Amino acid sequence: MSSLQFDIAHLLAGSLVLASFMMLYQDRLYALLNVYALHAGVLALSVGWQAYVQQAPHLYITALIALVFKAIIIPVALHRIIKRLGIHREIENVIGIGLTMMAGIGLVALSMVVMLRVTPGADALAREDLAFALSVVLLGLLIMVTRRNAVSQVVGFMSLENGLVLAATGAKGMPLVVEISVAFSVLIAFIVIGIFLFRIRERFDSVDVQALDRFRGERR
Amino acid sequence: MTIDALGAILLIPSVSAALLAILPGYMLAAKLNIVAALATFLTSLSLFVIEPASGQYLLLDDLNKVFIILTTFIGFTTSVFSASYIHHEIEIGRLTPAFLRFYHAMYQMLMFAMNLALVANNIGLMWVAVEVATLTTVLMVGIYRTHEALEAAWKYFILGSVGIALALFGTILVYMAARPAVGEGLDGMVWTVLVQHAAQFDPALLNVAFVFLLLGYGTKVGLAPLHAWLPDAHAEGPTPISAVLSGLLLNVALYALLRFKMMLAVNSEAIAPGPLMVTMGLISVIFAALMLYRRRDIKRMFAYSSIEHMGIIVFAFGMGGPLANFAALLHMAMHSLTKSAIFFAVGHIAQVKGTQKIADIGGLTTTNPVLGWGLMLGVIAIVGLPPFGIFMSEFLVVSSTFARAPWLTVILVLGIIIALGGLFLRVGVVMFGEPKGRTAPAEASYVPMFTHLGLVLMAGIYLPPVLVTGFQNVAKLLG
Repeated sequence: MSSLQFDIAHLLAGSLVLASFMMLYQDRLYALLNVYALHAGVLALSVGWQAYVQQAPHLYITALIALVFKAIIIPVALHRIIKRLGIHREIENVIGIGLTMMAGIGLVALSMVVMLRVTPGADALAREDLAFALSVVLLGLLIMVTRRNAVSQVVGFMSLENGLVLAATGAKGMPLVVEISVAFSVLIAFIVIGIFLFRIRERFDSVDVQALDRFRGERR
Repeated sequence: MTIDALGAILLIPSVSAALLAILPGYMLAAKLNIVAALATFLTSLSLFVIEPASGQYLLLDDLNKVFIILTTFIGFTTSVFSASYIHHEIEIGRLTPAFLRFYHAMYQMLMFAMNLALVANNIGLMWVAVEVATLTTVLMVGIYRTHEALEAAWKYFILGSVGIALALFGTILVYMAARPAVGEGLDGMVWTVLVQHAAQFDPALLNVAFVFLLLGYGTKVGLAPLHAWLPDAHAEGPTPISAVLSGLLLNVALYALLRFKMMLAVNSEAIAPGPLMVTMGLISVIFAALMLYRRRDIKRMFAYSSIEHMGIIVFAFGMGGPLANFAALLHMAMHSLTKSAIFFAVGHIAQVKGTQKIADIGGLTTTNPVLGWGLMLGVIAIVGLPPFGIFMSEFLVVSSTFARAPWLTVILVLGIIIALGGLFLRVGVVMFGEPKGRTAPAEASYVPMFTHLGLVLMAGIYLPPVLVTGFQNVAKLLG
């Protein structure tokens, strides 16, 4: 692999981590969704580039799924759900943006240390991809725990899945079965989420997960 | 291509799921559900006679044979219980026929997903199957659409998805570790190939992979501190689903973990998974035992008891060795049978009394003697008193550990005793004392419950030699 090809792959995977950071500090639902669309778009580019570099045509399908499904259909659909629910107000962060960003930097550093240390044998691109992928996964988790809104938790989860796709494409020659299943799982997850959002809304007049907390299972 | 028994135990549930999804009339659907579950069980029994060859996608060995038969058997008995359970739910209007169509289709979907996870020879396929099983149970937990059911389903969905995502990351890492030795492509995900070559894998990568797999599948097993979804999901869904969750789905996740443990065992430079599993198992036992004391909801209480028992099983598998593995397998089978029997009883009790709150249920042995004593027997079995099978398996776990790590035995026994106290304290109120709540006679199906309890009792008194040798073979396989 030429160094230019490597650099571009590196740049795209790095941009995905950057997009994850951008999601951390969005305090409006629409803005969060737009960044998620960007996140998925960058993923599609990154996977597409990998398909070209690895000469693995099946990865183009994965890239296409990411582009059409994750970057366009899901964000548009969630936009409409948010509009229907009338919840395009601010997201409350559990802890402040500064602290969240610091935690995010810590997580990225952690994944670099862990991944680069355990993969000295693998080729450079796979190593970097895995390290970036783990960062995206951990940042997705961070988004999920710092948000209380059901929609933004879902967005956090979907960004986490993008990280998994990045890891799967970085692992050279991994069978298509996995990428399809990831896409498939997002599909089902999305249906479930859609149903849930409406049901939660129906019950609580809010998708703030705090409203759920009042109904603890342990009732008297 | 001819369909062998392995294909059939996947085909029967998936075809019935499609049929049940379009079939109107819940009475007929419930019967078809039973027939399909019975057919799957009988097919799985044929695995003893004719062993289909393992391929690149499906696999059969001594380990998953035990799991398959347990899963299909409890799947069948639960479908019998489910038929009488939903009959009552329709009568009181908690469920509508439209929901039931969905419910039955999902039940068979779940059976399909669990069987697929058990027979999959491909670690990617296994992951997909566990994911499908998770999603179907999420949908079923939320089926009552009450506040609590929605909260439980949402929590289960989010925590389960995160767990499953971590497991996928671990799976990808295993592929990465295998690639230099096995080569690119499908072979890198075929479990039998992976185990053959595991000695040459990069140990550091394998270690990190196992940590992710333990966290991921461990969430599904319900190990503390990753158990938060479990009590809610058990308490708020329909009781047949609680029985299947506790009796089967936790086992399936544990099975996935065991497969990876076997892979790590081949590689001498990788970390030993044992100590990690022992630690998480012990934490679960102690934590769940203490939590039993403050429970007010009867189904939640038995959910915590499931965490405790999964803790014991994971602990014993973590200790390893032929005897501890044998004990863990026996304990797993006994726990599945007993816990589902308990949920059968609890389901009917909650229907008779119209509540799951322990404070509102009382004097069951006088108002509904058969149900009451059935539950009492179940509880005696689950806390590990003789002559039931759990006493024997717990005794084996404790005695095999005592020879190797006496201090761990002290902690384990302490947990078991605390749990015994907690369960008896709560169940005593429910069983004896003032009769409370409605006293209508129950229209219950007692056969599944007493079949399970009978089997557990039999195992406690006399284990057939066939079973013993079978379990010993599996225990050797696990190393």
